[in-house]
Amino acid sequence: MKQIFKRPKALVDVPFHFCPGCHHGIIHRLVAECIDRYKLRGSTIGVASVGCSVFLYDYMDVDVLEAPHGRAAAVATGVKRACPSNFVFTYQGDGDLAAIGTAEIVHAANRGEHITVVFVNNTVFGMTGGQMAPTTMEGQETTTTPFGREPGTNGYPIKMAEVMAELTGTTFVARVAVDNPKNLMRAKKVLRRAFETQIKGKGFSFVEFLSACPTNWKMSPERATRRIGEEMVPYFPLGIFKEDNASGV
Amino acid sequence: MAEIEFVKGNEAIAMGAIEAGCRFYFGYPITPQNDIPEYMSRHLPEVGGTFIQAESEIASINMMLGAGATGARAMTSSSSPGISLKQEGISYMCGSQIPGVIINMSRSGPGLGGISPSQGDYFQATRGGGHGDYRTIVLAPYSVQENYDLTMKAFDLADKYRNPVVVLGDALLGQMKEPLRRHKYRKKKGEKDWILTGAKGRSPRLLKSLYLSEGELTEHNWRLYRKYQRMKREIMYKVEFLEGAKLVVVAFGSVARILKSTVAMARDKGMKVGLFRPVTLYPFPYAALDKLSHKVRNFMAVELNTGQMVEDVKLAVGHKKNQVDFYGRPPGSIPSPDELLEEIKKVYNKRVKK
Ligand SMILES: Cc1ncc(C[n+]2csc(CCOP(=O)(O)OP(=O)(O)O)c2C)c(N)n1
Ligand code: SF4
Repeated sequence: MKQIFKRPKALVDVPFHFCPGCHHGIIHRLVAECIDRYKLRGSTIGVASVGCSVFLYDYMDVDVLEAPHGRAAAVATGVKRACPSNFVFTYQGDGDLAAIGTAEIVHAANRGEHITVVFVNNTVFGMTGGQMAPTTMEGQETTTTPFGREPGTNGYPIKMAEVMAELTGTTFVARVAVDNPKNLMRAKKVLRRAFETQIKGKGFSFVEFLSACPTNWKMSPERATRRIGEEMVPYFPLGIFKEDNASGV
Repeated sequence: MAEIEFVKGNEAIAMGAIEAGCRFYFGYPITPQNDIPEYMSRHLPEVGGTFIQAESEIASINMMLGAGATGARAMTSSSSPGISLKQEGISYMCGSQIPGVIINMSRSGPGLGGISPSQGDYFQATRGGGHGDYRTIVLAPYSVQENYDLTMKAFDLADKYRNPVVVLGDALLGQMKEPLRRHKYRKKKGEKDWILTGAKGRSPRLLKSLYLSEGELTEHNWRLYRKYQRMKREIMYKVEFLEGAKLVVVAFGSVARILKSTVAMARDKGMKVGLFRPVTLYPFPYAALDKLSHKVRNFMAVELNTGQMVEDVKLAVGHKKNQVDFYGRPPGSIPSPDELLEEIKKVYNKRVKK
């Protein structure tokens, strides 16, 4: 019998610690598939952030460095400058990248660092128990917006992919989701292009994943996955915001 | 032998770093140490190195963490307020055992304070500074030549112990110009078998500071503790005028430099005063001072702050019948050799000539 679905080699054979219905596991898998596809297992240095994905190193069969909360893009800058021929990626949540680490991501992008950023937008701080993130939707209840996010006092959900695309230093910027088979297939292709951007030496690539956090959304996995299409996509549109056409990336 | 050049203190640090193989510099400008990034931005490219003017001190220290994790020799420099911002990163580097060199050409605080010389960061440098029970080696130069020499040594120590090393100078040591004799760096042998280079042909490596399973973190911290204990081998200090001394002045860095003239003046006046200068502030030369206290009873700590290192002097000699006096000049002005002589006289007359 032909095996058509197997674990990517770059993904270690251990069960994920993520909650049922969490999309972190799927996104880890997509990253591992790309590492396999481009034969990067021996040259990748991953930079883990602080959030539910802090255990990246338990799952990825590659060298991994732990960054302080929010600083992954600066850490990756140091790694990539010192090892320009290695493949360097960061994996960051929305608290990590869009709150405490905003300065680091904006400036790494603006310098056009040759790194690939996997950004997981689940509209909450997952690891610390579901507090408001910069990406939390208007009206969304979290443990620190018990009456719903109110823009007058909490500001607006920040659209990081659009912010990144605005910066002259970035090369490839996209937003994807993994909430249905069609989006998943599209996400795979988009992530490959982000990887290729770095492999071809074209510069900074950024992929925002809309991701479910059933636990802190207080929803069933099915309901949480549905929320992505119903509530998030209308506000956080999917698509490629920027690409380097000339190079054929 | 290398010829003598006339060099500014900050530049000597940058020269020493490049000579010691530092190829990555990350920093954010702040007075009074801007000659360091300026020198590095001009001269690192000549040796194939990388200079980044980062968006903040927080980014700088984390870039250094990244470069250090790959085995590269990397440095960041700043002055007091910027060093405060680096503390989280230094804590992570200690926890993850990543080497790197941090230069603090300290200035006056608290807050924005001022740009005059100060030793107000002694506690921050020697007690860990950031969160968690960690230590960094702290080297305190007192001349332009030592700025050069100790910066070179800082890279070796950082690699040897897989730990950040702080070079603690101040505005005076950074700004003054003195003769410098540059010398060739001799590379220390030793392979770095822990660095991240991509897991080609081997199992993956991991550098982290998070330890959550039962007992793991305690064990990790004991390991770090044993390492800090081993650092005691690196203790350095300098003594002068100790023969027959009845009062030993203890001082480091720029104020020790001023005191050198003062103590010579005191000797000329027939006062039996000696000088003890810790060069490593961590680990502190407790044992050497303790030994000295069996011959000398009276000690006097002099600092450009309101009393920080004096606590270590008391820890070292503050037993038996020893006396530890203190003179401190809070940030904002520098005492002259004559002013210091008056302060030493007061103590000498009280303790020795009773
Ligand atoms: C300096 C600092 N501040 C706060 C924290 C606590 N903290 C850990 S993870 C986190 C937010 C995680 O949220 P996110 O980045 O969205 O990732 P998720 O867990 O949702 O995947 C916070 C605030 C920390 N570790 N360090
Ligand atoms: S808390 Fe949310 S983000 Fe974290 S593992 Fe659970 S579902 Fe995933």
